[in-house]
Amino acid sequence: MEALTDTPLLDQLERGPWPSFVTDLKSLAASKAAVGQLLGQLEKSYRDRWNYWTGTVLNLSGYGGGVLARYSDVRDEFPKVAQFHTVRVIEPSGYVYSTEALRELCDISEEHSAGILQLHGMTGDVLMLGSDNQSTHAAGEALMSKGWDIGGSGGALRTISCCIGPARCEMTCYDTLGLSKFLTDTFINELHRPEFPYKFKFKLSGCANDCASSMMRSDLPLIGTWRDDMKVDQEAVARFIEQNGEEFVIDNVVSRCPTRCISLSSGKIEIDDDNCVHCMHCINVMHSALRPGDDRGVTILIGGKRTLKTGDIFSSLLVPFMKMNAPGDWDALVALVRRIWDFWTEYGLDHERVGEFIDRISMASFLDGIGLEPDPQMVKQPRTNSYIKFEEYSAPRMYGEPHQQPNVVDREVIGPEAGEATGSSSRQSASDEAAKKDSGAEGKS
Amino acid sequence: MAANQQAPRNNGAPDFGKYLHPAMQRNYGRWVDHENIKPGVYKHISEDGEELFTVRAGSPRMLSVLKVRQICDVADRYCEGHLRFTTRNNIEFLLTKEGDVEPLIKEIETTLGLPVGGTGHSISNILHTQGWLHCNLPGTDASGAVKSIMDVLYQEFIRDDLPQRLKISSSCCQINCGSHADIAVILQHHHPPRLDQQRIASCELPKVVGICPVAAIRPARKGGRDTVEVVEEKCMFCGACHGQCPGLEIRDADTDTLAIWVGGKSSNTRGGPAFMKLATFGLPNNPPRWPEVSDAVRKIVDAYKDGARGYERVGEWIERVGWKHFFEATGFEFTKYHIDSYRFARTSFNISMQARR
Repeated sequence: MEALTDTPLLDQLERGPWPSFVTDLKSLAASKAAVGQLLGQLEKSYRDRWNYWTGTVLNLSGYGGGVLARYSDVRDEFPKVAQFHTVRVIEPSGYVYSTEALRELCDISEEHSAGILQLHGMTGDVLMLGSDNQSTHAAGEALMSKGWDIGGSGGALRTISCCIGPARCEMTCYDTLGLSKFLTDTFINELHRPEFPYKFKFKLSGCANDCASSMMRSDLPLIGTWRDDMKVDQEAVARFIEQNGEEFVIDNVVSRCPTRCISLSSGKIEIDDDNCVHCMHCINVMHSALRPGDDRGVTILIGGKRTLKTGDIFSSLLVPFMKMNAPGDWDALVALVRRIWDFWTEYGLDHERVGEFIDRISMASFLDGIGLEPDPQMVKQPRTNSYIKFEEYSAPRMYGEPHQQPNVVDREVIGPEAGEATGSSSRQSASDEAAKKDSGAEGKS
Repeated sequence: MAANQQAPRNNGAPDFGKYLHPAMQRNYGRWVDHENIKPGVYKHISEDGEELFTVRAGSPRMLSVLKVRQICDVADRYCEGHLRFTTRNNIEFLLTKEGDVEPLIKEIETTLGLPVGGTGHSISNILHTQGWLHCNLPGTDASGAVKSIMDVLYQEFIRDDLPQRLKISSSCCQINCGSHADIAVILQHHHPPRLDQQRIASCELPKVVGICPVAAIRPARKGGRDTVEVVEEKCMFCGACHGQCPGLEIRDADTDTLAIWVGGKSSNTRGGPAFMKLATFGLPNNPPRWPEVSDAVRKIVDAYKDGARGYERVGEWIERVGWKHFFEATGFEFTKYHIDSYRFARTSFNISMQARR
């Protein structure tokens, strides 16, 4: 065994109460020389405040995603990490494991890779660090022969992650684990091969608490909700008040309701269910007394992403409620997702996330493109500016449609010739033109 | 060569049903209530009255196979060979015997050296990515920064007496892989990219031009070769081009600094999700322990503990007491840089006469 490089800076990260990754990796370095050199390169980064990895693409045969290739810029100094790639392994729904399965990953990692696992990456995947150009293929082969799969890098679907859901939570409104596996299996091609303008992420949370962090970290959050009345156990309410006092309920439950739809009257909780927005706060505080209703499903949102390029975007509401209990419901979701992907891959620009795409073409055009009707719950409020291109009054042209005649030049001619034209009659002529164009377009098709 | 015969096997996601703890299998979808019986320990109760205990432990996310096997040994002894991980990289040990909870906690703390906590109104594990350890773009490290901050916030992890849960993230560049959080630490660049013509030669130039959000990169021809040039006045140092082409080097070891952001929230509870806002900036990128960052985070946590009411997240607390109070309570200076100048800036202005005394 060769001597470890001195790491005086990293050594300072071995102190303190929080578990130290340095200590852990040092113990691994005893059997894995590459890990010692990994620490050596990291120490150099700490000293120089500089990064020494170059990233490129490495693909297993038949795959376009699933491997992050890293080459050391200081490979002369640290030859054992000259090639130090990561394999992205698809994780089990809800991050549940048997120790047998985890040990299997350990064995594969130790045999074909540096023996470092990250549980888990920000997209939910298991990261297996430290294979070279040859052993990456062997690692992939070993994983696949044991039933694991890889994927989710580049312009591809990312590994899908979800909260613990029905496996251990009374609040969940649908089977997050089951749907997560179903979507992964259904869209496995999209996970393996980058075919999109850029990455696409689903995250599944069983309720508005959003333990999968879907609002922050996915293009398409699926968040559990219900549409009948919330269930109230008034006896449990009485016990809660007995333990905590009425004032606690008023301060921490009633007054924190975002739509003021919950009230406390003569020791009983009353809920104006028509105005409940299913935010979960009251249920979180009084979970023994309050529960979601029985008619459960999901709210679907679209467009979230983090800062890169145009700045942060939250997802916004796309479908207020969709049942998600039976395989038929799951198929309806798949059909909607395919419509979104078809439209986005057709018209999206290179490296354009679906949220950026919507910002560029407008939500209205997006809804047209995927065939969804507008819904007042998609917005906080209707628009406040009056500059609107009404299709009924002016020539319709969606993003991506070919330019058609008559164009703006013709309209300049029409204006002065009309002479005495009032606003309404010129609007009429524009509308006629639109009608003509429409029929022309139909004639062509 | 075996690799040449490889083709996608389309195995798909592992069958989670096999991996569920037996009590989770028995009670799948049939849980009715839970109790947070002490910091780091949950009890879930099913329709049949069966109880499942969860002991949550913090982890550095990056684990050697040696450590993972030790964790498996403990799970084999106490958890019928089943465990899970959380979105925030905690490890959850699952067991049905209440009497085993305390011995398990002792074993996690002593044998594994992991802290038990992170439940309820605590500071849970910090979300982070790779940093200098394995990323190709970072201006700083992630694992070391997280270790340093969690050392300072260790008590807040193992206890649960904050006003509400508090989540922290760390990002090594402005791509912000760590995402939004109550408190987020993010590295910032301060100069346009420096061009390395040799590396640019191997990049797809139309993509490099196309990726710039402010159209600061345009095609150019230099020394008889196609390349790009950067309009410095337009560049906002976001680094999008750097990810597309390593020949546009955005990082600078001497001038990159760290900023801290507050008030992000993913959950839809109460007022709904919220982006985080700039709290302070210009902190030195100071490995191995980034003390200036930990100090600033500590100040925010203390001010929040001091001022927030029950169930208020950091952003909700600031919304109630006002940003004037936030800057007073933390001692951070409010500067012209805190006033947004990007898209939708005006939506962040105070469009009213309502001001605190």
